[in-house]
Amino acid sequence: MRRTLSADAMRLAIPALSLTILLAAVFWLQPRAMSYVGLNLLFNLAVPIALATIAQMLIMSVNDLDLSMGTFVSFVACVTATFLREAPLVGMLILFGVVVVYAGLGVVIHLRNLPSIVVSLGMSFVWAGLAVLLLPAPGGQAPDWVRALMTMKPPVAPMAIVASILIAIVAHFVVMRSSLGVLIRGVGGNQRSVERAGWSVVGARAAAYGLAGVFAVLAGVALVGLTTSADANIALRYTLLSIAGVILGGGEFIGGRVSPIGAVIGALTLTLAGSFLSFLRISPDWQIGAQGAILIIVLALRLLLNRLEKREKRR
Amino acid sequence: MRLLDRISRRPWIWSWFAAFLAWFATIVTGGASTLGLSQAALTFAAFSIIVGIGQMFVITLGPGNIDLSVPSTMTLAGTVALKLMDVDNAMILPGLMIAVLIGIAVGVFNYALIKALRIPPIIATLSMSFIIQSAAIWTNRGLRIKPPSVLADFTTATTLGVPNVSLVALVISVCAWFLLEKTIYGRWISAIGQSMPAARMAGIPVDGTRFVTYLFCAVLAALAGYLLACFSGGAALNMGTEYLLMSIAVVVLGGTAVAGGDSNVPGIWGASLFMFLVVSMLNTYGLGAGIRLIMTGLIIISVIMLAGGRQPGAR
Repeated sequence: MRRTLSADAMRLAIPALSLTILLAAVFWLQPRAMSYVGLNLLFNLAVPIALATIAQMLIMSVNDLDLSMGTFVSFVACVTATFLREAPLVGMLILFGVVVVYAGLGVVIHLRNLPSIVVSLGMSFVWAGLAVLLLPAPGGQAPDWVRALMTMKPPVAPMAIVASILIAIVAHFVVMRSSLGVLIRGVGGNQRSVERAGWSVVGARAAAYGLAGVFAVLAGVALVGLTTSADANIALRYTLLSIAGVILGGGEFIGGRVSPIGAVIGALTLTLAGSFLSFLRISPDWQIGAQGAILIIVLALRLLLNRLEKREKRR
Repeated sequence: MRLLDRISRRPWIWSWFAAFLAWFATIVTGGASTLGLSQAALTFAAFSIIVGIGQMFVITLGPGNIDLSVPSTMTLAGTVALKLMDVDNAMILPGLMIAVLIGIAVGVFNYALIKALRIPPIIATLSMSFIIQSAAIWTNRGLRIKPPSVLADFTTATTLGVPNVSLVALVISVCAWFLLEKTIYGRWISAIGQSMPAARMAGIPVDGTRFVTYLFCAVLAALAGYLLACFSGGAALNMGTEYLLMSIAVVVLGGTAVAGGDSNVPGIWGASLFMFLVVSMLNTYGLGAGIRLIMTGLIIISVIMLAGGRQPGAR
């Protein structure tokens, strides 16, 4: 049985286990959460975080890091709450334009061999500035169709769960199953060998960044659908949350080793951690801190399981 | 001619040149007073210099080494120190001690997580920062305690026309430069940044060196928090926030290699002055916050595009 478990499955087992344990703990503390409405409330905000995590994961799969994720999602949220409602065509064009900008960043980073941390750091100022220009004060309104989409009540499982599963499946097919996904992860694994095999590394990096832009745009739109209005600082936490989500989900910083399903699970775990703590009646002062502690515990667990696995192999 | 050639090869010269340009432009076109602008620039740059030097040591350790707990360490050290001093001039030294002790504690925990749990430094310091932030919220409770009068006067006053805080930054910079260029420890961190396996083979105490570096960074952040809290007349919970991106930006703009293994102290000064002067330059032109942010971002990107592209394989 143990032999048949592949490395990829093992990579997924730990995030899934942590999510299950956390979910069980929440249900034990608050049995009423075990319902359609309860689950929806628990995971509501997970959808935009999951999308942003997938975007960050795509960037990390080519060995880069995006420090502008939070400000970019905030900017998209501002566009959604203003242009996309009042002038849908202009709004669409802007969102399409920023995806192209993202792909362009990938090209520039590759051609000039720039450190992605610094470029995205600079871009984070740019997005923040554009967001402030659009919405100097909190305001705007979500387009009705976005609002309707996010508050939809599908049968059997609540929207948040359905959407998360959908995101995981789509991302899994794009990153793990398509030839483009393999190419992108190949660039993260060994850029030179991909180049020697005749593939265009610039193209792969541009595709990875462009796809990340698409997912990040979706995150911003989804976020406005939930909050109904936007402001320039609405998603600043997403930079750190998305990185943490990828790592929690079994991804690595280098080597193109990422897992889309794991990333979605990681995002869900992070969202759930917040609710879990409020059910524990931990003083609000310590909630952020406890989130950090949960992150540490899950990573410690991962180390432990990895060690056990290695010992198993040695025998 | 040869001298000019040699100077232009120095990575730090560009940040100084840019800082001078911004300074010149503000005075000539913006009509700011020479003395006032220079003093303000030196004062505000001092805080980013102190934090930036710590961050530089960490970044020198190689790819993936970034201390994200800097802002929360600043906040916690500032809050706790002001609380302990409680406007009493006799308590200045104990206050400083407690700030340094907090820095040491954060550094120890950071490295314990990195080493014992094998968590990537970015995630380890991120989780720690959540916990530290909570501790700061818990101790602060929205109270704003004033700094002792002697200390408040010291941090806001000037000696021979030079702001005192920038003198403190100068002393720290000289020590850092000495550590980096003239001691075996400085050689060790550069060696580790260039290649950790090679450094280990060469018999360098890699773990000890990395530990001291994280400790050093946290202590400097705590010190900056202590000074900043006294300078601004009380600690605020968000006082460290802007120093997260700022500390990384000044290191990179200053010419330190993001891939690690190559650092320089004078560049931090140029970059910190530049970052402040750009903002004040755009301010004197009467531009809004949005435009200012966008310009800052574009300047960071153009600087890295001009100076970058020398480290193959860098992030």
